[in-house]
Amino acid sequence: MKNSDREAIAAYAKNGLPNEVCGLVAGRAEEGVKIIEKVYFMTNVDASREHFSIDPREQLSAVKDMRANGLALLGNFHSHPETPARPSEEDIRLAYDPSISYLILSLAGEEPMLKAFHIENGIASSEEVDLE
Amino acid sequence: MILTVAGTKKEYPPDLTVTKLLEAEKVEMPMYVTVSLNDEFLKREEFDDTLLKENDSVEFLYFMGGGF
Repeated sequence: MKNSDREAIAAYAKNGLPNEVCGLVAGRAEEGVKIIEKVYFMTNVDASREHFSIDPREQLSAVKDMRANGLALLGNFHSHPETPARPSEEDIRLAYDPSISYLILSLAGEEPMLKAFHIENGIASSEEVDLE
Repeated sequence: MILTVAGTKKEYPPDLTVTKLLEAEKVEMPMYVTVSLNDEFLKREEFDDTLLKENDSVEFLYFMGGGF
């Protein structure tokens, strides 16, 4: 992913404090590598520092935009304002789509930390995030 | 009957409910899927009784959420 996209997600997360923020990432997948080309910044309808739910109306609009621009849904992201960048039990329990990546941006440390995970059958495994 | 499902037009049998469409499309874990019909979101309890008609547009969206 572009470093500018990572920075934009971090800025969105900081602006959303004290609550969690969320969104979608889209792009293309080539030989098992996901290339993020667009980030969708969505509303956390839970407006909570401990939970997030992506607004389904915004999600629908984003899916249509992806389709119109030839992009595929690659994953979603949310922030952890005060905890590390790893999936919580609830994150794992509510990860229903194993085809996408789950990105978590933590603001717990001095610098924002972004990590990606594959979650399937209740098991989360780390995915490599390459910045360009 | 022609429906547009997730942006793709396809032929489906008549008298198809949303629940039957979810089954026909082999949507995994349908209990966690939100359905929009012609850009209006349906309540889950409406899935069984909502009959689809010619040229309807249907989208399936997985709930995306988590926490702490």
